[in-house]
Amino acid sequence: MSPDLVLVRTGVANVASVIAAFRRLGVEPRLSDDPVEIRRADAVVLPGVGAFAAGMARLQDAGLVAPLRARVERGEPTLAVCLGVQLLGLESEEAPGVSGLGVAPARTRRLVDAPRLPHFGWNQVEPDLTCRTVCPGEAYFAHSYRLDDDASLAAEGWSVARTREGEDFVAAIERGAVLGCQFHPELSGAYGAALMERWLERAALACAGGVV
Amino acid sequence: MVRLRVIPCLDVKDGRVVKGVRFQGLRDAGDPVERAAAYEASGADELCLLDVSATREGRASAVETVRAVRAVIGIPLTVGGGVRRLEDAARLLDAGADKVAVNTAALERPALLAEIKERLGAQCTVLSLDAARRGDAGQPGSTLRWEVVVAGGTRRTGTDAIEWARRAVDLGAGEILATSWDRDGTGEGYDVELLRALSEAVPVPLIASGGARTALHMETALDAGASAVLAASIFHDGLTTVDLIKRELARSGRDVRPSPTPTPSTLG
Repeated sequence: MSPDLVLVRTGVANVASVIAAFRRLGVEPRLSDDPVEIRRADAVVLPGVGAFAAGMARLQDAGLVAPLRARVERGEPTLAVCLGVQLLGLESEEAPGVSGLGVAPARTRRLVDAPRLPHFGWNQVEPDLTCRTVCPGEAYFAHSYRLDDDASLAAEGWSVARTREGEDFVAAIERGAVLGCQFHPELSGAYGAALMERWLERAALACAGGVV
Repeated sequence: MVRLRVIPCLDVKDGRVVKGVRFQGLRDAGDPVERAAAYEASGADELCLLDVSATREGRASAVETVRAVRAVIGIPLTVGGGVRRLEDAARLLDAGADKVAVNTAALERPALLAEIKERLGAQCTVLSLDAARRGDAGQPGSTLRWEVVVAGGTRRTGTDAIEWARRAVDLGAGEILATSWDRDGTGEGYDVELLRALSEAVPVPLIASGGARTALHMETALDAGASAVLAASIFHDGLTTVDLIKRELARSGRDVRPSPTPTPSTLG
């Protein structure tokens, strides 16, 4: 049975591509910004939303900070995409003074050594050996800010996949059934579809009470 | 390192793919959904869909075509043509576009770029720049080498293309799709001088467009600083495939993403 999948309605994010990608996998996501639904859903997707400050303001206004924190802290199936993974972190250079969800101990900074910004296009994803959902391959990125590859991530149980464009940075983090991708799995062709499918399998296992 | 991109372009009119020369003499080139799926399977890194009739006929872009293409492809989709207001851009994103290309309306009202960037992000905001060489280029007293053309190539503006690109990036454009009006549909190769001038002028990724026939044309565009090469006719007409072009680029040392799967030698 396919899981009850809720896509966080952020108001400004481009969710059509995410919805289309899940539909191709046979899952119909529901859009919601209801805190109770987002706390209880089998699986939740936090899509990328324009800017860091606007994204956090939107989550706060909708009362979604606590439910999203609780999901991630308990390892409940959650997929954060692009800006979504930055929102899991502590804060961002893009919006000084604005706190993120703070569930992943890393900061977001502007890419400074990339020859051109935004970092648009396909780049290598190199997962460390502890990653169980993210595989090596190539994924599509579209961003100018990125999460620091901070040693505290591993200390708090996160597995990290990296990429490089002028400098090394976080391509994805995962812990239990929580997956955060700086790249866009929904735009990463067969690689992205396979990754989303593995995450859905992990989500189904978690919902069945299995160890993830 | 981020890979160099190969981007097939679907010029769409009334729900069909069309292609002409210098934006004129359009002929039918197939169904956009079938084409899009075939190009993704052949290794396209992104797709571009331009509603070529939209501006002149003063209507919003082909939303239904965008929806149908998005349903079948899992790679990024840039859509342009007839985007006049922020609402047009938002509607295209809702239908499944990932980036929106703005041309005529941005030149008439540059603040449109800032509005789209503010609301939807620089990663969604593409300046579509159609540039034509000036006949008086190089003449004494003339510093303007390319001028912007708008309204589907039907109107020359006298605006310096390089200056306009700079300003558009300052306003919020995150990428520039630079089409040479002189080369479009001719197969004579990209306007490499235009690409070099733009590449030096702006820090954002540049997509080369207009005139490609061979992998060598693409190599020269990439060497001139383009991050991506766009082509239409050569893929529509079956002169080559995305896969074959990428193999040639890889053989000559350009850093492209290998095709996802072996592909049929002809397009569906």
